[in-house]
Amino acid sequence: MSGARVLVGTKKGAFILTSDGKRKQWDVSGPHFGGWEIYHMKGSPVSPDRLYASQSTGWHGQVVQRSDDGGKTWEAVGNKFVYDGVPGTHQWYDGTQHPWEFKRVWHLEPSLTDPDTVYAGVEDAALFRSTDAGQTWHEMAGLREHPSGAKWQPGAGGMCLHTILLDPSHPERIYIAISAAGAFRSDDGGKSWNPINRGLRSLYIPDPTAEVGHCVHHVAMHPARPDVLFMQKHWDVMRSDDAGENWHEISGDLPTDFGFAIDVHAHEPDTVYVVPIKSDAEHFPPEGKLRVYRSRTGGNEWEALTSGLPQSDCYVNVLRDAMSVDQLDPCGVYFGTTGGQVYASADAGDNWEPIVRDLPAVLSVEVQTLP
Amino acid sequence: MIRVVLPPHLRTLARVSGDVEFQLEGPVTQRTVLDALESRYPVLRGTIRDHVTQQRRAFLRFFACDQDISLDPPDAPLPDAVARGEEPFYVIGAIAGG
Repeated sequence: MSGARVLVGTKKGAFILTSDGKRKQWDVSGPHFGGWEIYHMKGSPVSPDRLYASQSTGWHGQVVQRSDDGGKTWEAVGNKFVYDGVPGTHQWYDGTQHPWEFKRVWHLEPSLTDPDTVYAGVEDAALFRSTDAGQTWHEMAGLREHPSGAKWQPGAGGMCLHTILLDPSHPERIYIAISAAGAFRSDDGGKSWNPINRGLRSLYIPDPTAEVGHCVHHVAMHPARPDVLFMQKHWDVMRSDDAGENWHEISGDLPTDFGFAIDVHAHEPDTVYVVPIKSDAEHFPPEGKLRVYRSRTGGNEWEALTSGLPQSDCYVNVLRDAMSVDQLDPCGVYFGTTGGQVYASADAGDNWEPIVRDLPAVLSVEVQTLP
Repeated sequence: MIRVVLPPHLRTLARVSGDVEFQLEGPVTQRTVLDALESRYPVLRGTIRDHVTQQRRAFLRFFACDQDISLDPPDAPLPDAVARGEEPFYVIGAIAGG
């Protein structure tokens, strides 16, 4: 494997960073789509030069871009996201019902097998799929039409479907997560869905163990062990060993279990990374120290990774889709901050350095391992 | 000849550098101008008007001859000066955001 390509979505454009396998020298291209919010970019696992990007602004709404040359050139593809049928209502902040309204695409997840098939997680929460490389989008309405839909509610960032995990061992199995509804799983390719939130406990909702209503921030999976899931909830870091049927807390000795990002080492399925954030009221690292925490035991025992990260006066946030790992050996770990830095570790988190330092606020980071 | 002035983000998206100009047969209204614009630049669909309702996006306004015509009916005739190409039809983004 010869290198890595880091796809960075920011509040004011997209940036693409490339390096060889040493991951010491980085070339930066961008901004692409300058001035637009790039919530997410991701490449096809089977055709790595096929990239998809979600581009939006409050003025002009949603655009989806596609590249077939690794991000050198882009083509705007379909941006028509229309809910299937009459979309109904969900719970609003004040407890009243509010109609479903499309706002933006939070996450694009290319198929594991077909470069022309890509899933889109959107706000207000729903899952869309394109099978023609992004030209047309169709809602997988079984999710939104789940009987619990009227109880879903927006988190502070909106009612967004932000996590899409495709199970490589069970092609019909898809996991998604919504803030603030919770996690759901489909075992029939997205036709029908069930909430998988048993074991979550959220003290900020009327029934802390309700079937839905949990503010799940992100879910991660190791592709070699897809029945094991790791979750960063609003508060609490959680783990499931049975494909989401049951969850148990693994926050252990973290300094705070609030946070957004979570990811798994590419070669060690029990090595997990989180970035603890002080609280839901103060979205910055505790004590002004930016620390990634790593567990090599699948949770509960965590070690602070600080080498190369600012350990004083640091008050950035790391958002839910802003952490990723490469497939190189040793595994590279990457995350971006709302302060515009992208930090990388080429040794599984032991040492970090900023590979770019002054971007707009980073919304998402994805890494491709290049052949 | 109809002239349309787009805000910077939409000029970039449509890959045009200045005013957009095109011939338009028949009535000259907000609807016919925007239909013609989107026909020539399909990438603009959904970025000025909602795909389904065709309603103007909330943070955009339409101006012509120094008048805000955003709230005019979409099928109302535009000023003669716009129809003759002497004045452009402006799509303007709100001065807002961060």
